[in-house]
Amino acid sequence: MKTPTTSRSDFISIRDFCFFYGSKQALFDISMEIPERQVTAFIGPSGCGKSTLLRNLNRMNDLVDGIRHTGDIVINGNSIYDPHIEVISLRKRVGMVFQKSNPFPKSIYENVVYPLRVAGQNKKAVLDETVERSLKGAALWNEVKDRLHDSALGLSGGQMQRLCIARAIANRPEILLMDEPCSALDPIATVKVEELIQELKREFTIVIVTHNMQQATRCSDLTAFFYLGKLIEFDETHKIFSNPSNKQTEDYITGRFG
Amino acid sequence: MSSDHDLKKTMAAKGEPFVWLTAMGLSVGLLMVAGLLGIIIANGVPVFWPDRVVQLTLKPGISSPVPGGGSEIVGELVQKRVKRIPILGADGSPAADQTEIQVFVGNKDAYAINFAFANQVDIAAESFPPDIYRFERLEYGIAFGYPRAIKLPDGSSIPATSPDFPRLLAELTNEATDRRHQIEFIEKREIGAINSRLTELRVKKGTTDTAAELASLDADYQRLAAEARTLRQQQAATVLVYGTPTGLERTLAIGDLVAYTQPNLLTLPQQAGLFLHNIWNFLTLEPREANTEGGIFPAIFGTFVMTLLMSLAVVPFGVVAAIYLREYAHQGFFVRCVRIAVNNLAGVPSIVFGVFGLGFFVYFVGASIDGWFFNEYLPTPTFGTGGIFWAALTLALMTVPVVIVATEEAMAAVPRGMREGSLSCGASKWQTIQRIVLPASLPGILTGLILAMARGAGEVAPLMLVGVVKLAPSLPIDGSFPFVHLERKFMHLGFHIYDLGFQSPDSEAAKPMVFATTLLLIALVVVLNLAAILIREKLRKKYATGAF
Repeated sequence: MKTPTTSRSDFISIRDFCFFYGSKQALFDISMEIPERQVTAFIGPSGCGKSTLLRNLNRMNDLVDGIRHTGDIVINGNSIYDPHIEVISLRKRVGMVFQKSNPFPKSIYENVVYPLRVAGQNKKAVLDETVERSLKGAALWNEVKDRLHDSALGLSGGQMQRLCIARAIANRPEILLMDEPCSALDPIATVKVEELIQELKREFTIVIVTHNMQQATRCSDLTAFFYLGKLIEFDETHKIFSNPSNKQTEDYITGRFG
Repeated sequence: MSSDHDLKKTMAAKGEPFVWLTAMGLSVGLLMVAGLLGIIIANGVPVFWPDRVVQLTLKPGISSPVPGGGSEIVGELVQKRVKRIPILGADGSPAADQTEIQVFVGNKDAYAINFAFANQVDIAAESFPPDIYRFERLEYGIAFGYPRAIKLPDGSSIPATSPDFPRLLAELTNEATDRRHQIEFIEKREIGAINSRLTELRVKKGTTDTAAELASLDADYQRLAAEARTLRQQQAATVLVYGTPTGLERTLAIGDLVAYTQPNLLTLPQQAGLFLHNIWNFLTLEPREANTEGGIFPAIFGTFVMTLLMSLAVVPFGVVAAIYLREYAHQGFFVRCVRIAVNNLAGVPSIVFGVFGLGFFVYFVGASIDGWFFNEYLPTPTFGTGGIFWAALTLALMTVPVVIVATEEAMAAVPRGMREGSLSCGASKWQTIQRIVLPASLPGILTGLILAMARGAGEVAPLMLVGVVKLAPSLPIDGSFPFVHLERKFMHLGFHIYDLGFQSPDSEAAKPMVFATTLLLIALVVVLNLAAILIREKLRKKYATGAF
C-alpha cells in the first residue's frame, strides 16, 4: 500500500461501535481504523449498515428520534461524542456529499459559500477566493465561471452533484463523506466524479459508500465489506477484490448474493 | 343478462358515474359563484349609468300616486315586476297583465315619497320630456324639475328662458363647489388643528404662556369661524327656482346643488363620460345623507388599511408559532393537543373573537395604555375604545390558525435532503431554518396569508364591537402628525353594506348602493389576493425545488 509519509493510519478510529434505531440494532461491534488521505470504500448489500456508519461519522443520525449507540468514534484523537465538542464544529471538519444532489435554491455562488456564511464569514475577497478554489477543486469552475450568480437549480444532474462537492469542500474539511455520490448520475458524469475523487484524496480523507463494485475498485484504496450490520472484512481494495479472506466477501463481490 | 351485468361492472370499475358526480359537484359550485357575481355585477354596475327620465301618462280615471301629480308620473324607471296579488278585472277574472312598474320620482322634499308604482295596464302613454333637469342636492337627494329662474343676491332675477341662463348656472354651480371645498377645509383642517391644539393646552394647563396662546387661538378660531360663516351666507344667497313636474315651485340654494344634468338630452358619449365620472365620484368622495349618497372612499380606505395591518400582525405571529410547533417542540401528546386546539380556533364564530377583542384588547390593554401614556386625556379614552389597531389585532387572532397551518405544511414540504445539506455544511438548526427552510416555505406562507386576508377583509361581526363606525370623521392615515392614527375608529365596506341595506331609513333607495358597495368589496379582496398571488409566483420561481 502506497502511503504518503505524512498520513496517519488511525486518522478515524471506530472502536467497538454499536448503533441502535430504537430497539433495532443496526451496527454490531464495528472496529476499524481509517487512514488519512486515502479513499476508503464501504460496500455491502442494502440495509447492511454502511450508510448508517457513514452518517455517524458526522453525527447526521442525530436528527433521527430514538437513536442510541455504544462504543466510540475518534477523529484525529478527539471523540466525536465528546460533550465539549459541538456537533457544528464536527460537521465543519467532516463534509458530506449525499446520494441525491441537494443544491439550495440559491445562486451557484451562494451555494458554494454557504458553509462560510453560516460560520459568519462575509468578506467578499475571502468568499470570492473560496468559490474559485472550491469550484476548481470540484472540476466545475470552467463550466460555471460565467454564470456564478445564476440559480444552481439550472445545472445538470452531474453538475449539481459536483456543486455539492464544491460546497462540501468550501470550508476545507479534513474528511469528506460520500454517500453513493454517483448513484443518480449517468456514466459520463460518474467518470468525472470518480476522477475528482482521485484528485481530492490528495487533500482530504475520503469515505465513500457505493453499491458499484467497479467504482470501489476504480477509486478506493481500502474497502470495507459490511453484512447485516457487521464489518466482515476490511483490507486494501486490490486484496478484497482479488483474494478476499472471507467466504461471504467473495460471494458478494462475485455476485453470488446481494 | 350477463352482458348487462358485465357492463355495470365495468362502469363501476371505471368509475364513470363517480366522475360525472364529481364533475357535477364542481359545476354546481361554479354556477353558484358565477350567479352570485352575475347578480352583484348586474345590479351594481348600472347604478352609475345615467338613466333617462320618463314621463308616464296614466289612463283617464286613474290618479297618479305622486301627490299633486294629476295623471302623470315623472322619474327614472327602476324595474318592472309581476305582482303576486291577483288583480281582478271588472268581471271578476284575473287581469291579463299584472306587471307593475316602479319609478324613482325623487323630489322627496315635495312628495314625501321616493318611489311611485303604476300598473302596466294603466299606462296610456310614455314620453321623455327633453328639457327636464336632474338636480343632485346636498340634502333630500335627487330632484327632477324644470328651472324657472335664478335669483341673484342683488335681488335681480334671470329667467330660464334667457340665453345666458345655461352658462350662468354652470358658473354658479362651479363657484358653489369651490366654496364648499373651502368651507370643508376651514372647518375640518384649520379649525380641527386649533381644536387639537386646545386639547393639548388643556392637558398641560398651568404653564405661563398658556393664557396668551389660548387668546391667540381663540382669535384665530373667531376669524376662521367668521370666514366660514360668510362663505355659508354666499352659498345661500343665490337661489335656483325650479318647478317640479307636478307644477309646484321650489327653490334651491345654489350651495346645495352638487351637480345637475339634462338626462334626456345626453348623447351616448356624454352618458359614458357621466358613467365614468359617477364611478370616480363613488370611489373618491365621502358619503352624504346617512351614507346613501356620495362616495365610499373612507370605507375603502379603512378596509384596505385594516387588512394591511392585520396582515402585518398575523404573518410574523403565525410563522413564529409554526416554527416552534414544527421544528422545536417535542412531537408528543401535548403538541398534538395544541395542534387540534389551533385548528379548532379557526372554527370559533367570529363574533366570539369580537367579544374577546373588546374585553381584552380594548378594555384591558387599551385602558392600561391610556392609564400609562394618555392619562391627561382621561376620561376621554384614546386607546381604551374601539379603533383600527384593535380591529386589526382581533382579526389577526381570528386568522392566525390559517397561517400556522399553512406555514407548518410548507415547512414540512421542504425536502429533507436540503436540511441535511445545510446541517452538513456546519449550519446550526436555527441557521438551517432561517436560511433554507423559511425561504423555501415562503410561497406556502403567502398562501396562508391569502386565505387569512380573504377571510379577514370580509369579516364584519367582530369589527362592530372593536372599532367600526357608520361614519368616521377622519381617516386612519392622514396628513396630521403622527400620520398613522392607530387609535382612530374607521369605516369598513362590509359594515357599510350592512348599514346601507338594513339600517338606513330608506333601504329601497339605498339598494343600488348596497350592490355597488358589495361589488367594490369583492373587487378589493380580489385585488389584495391577486397582489399576494403575484408575489407568491415570483417566490415560487425563485425557490423552485423542482430538482428533487
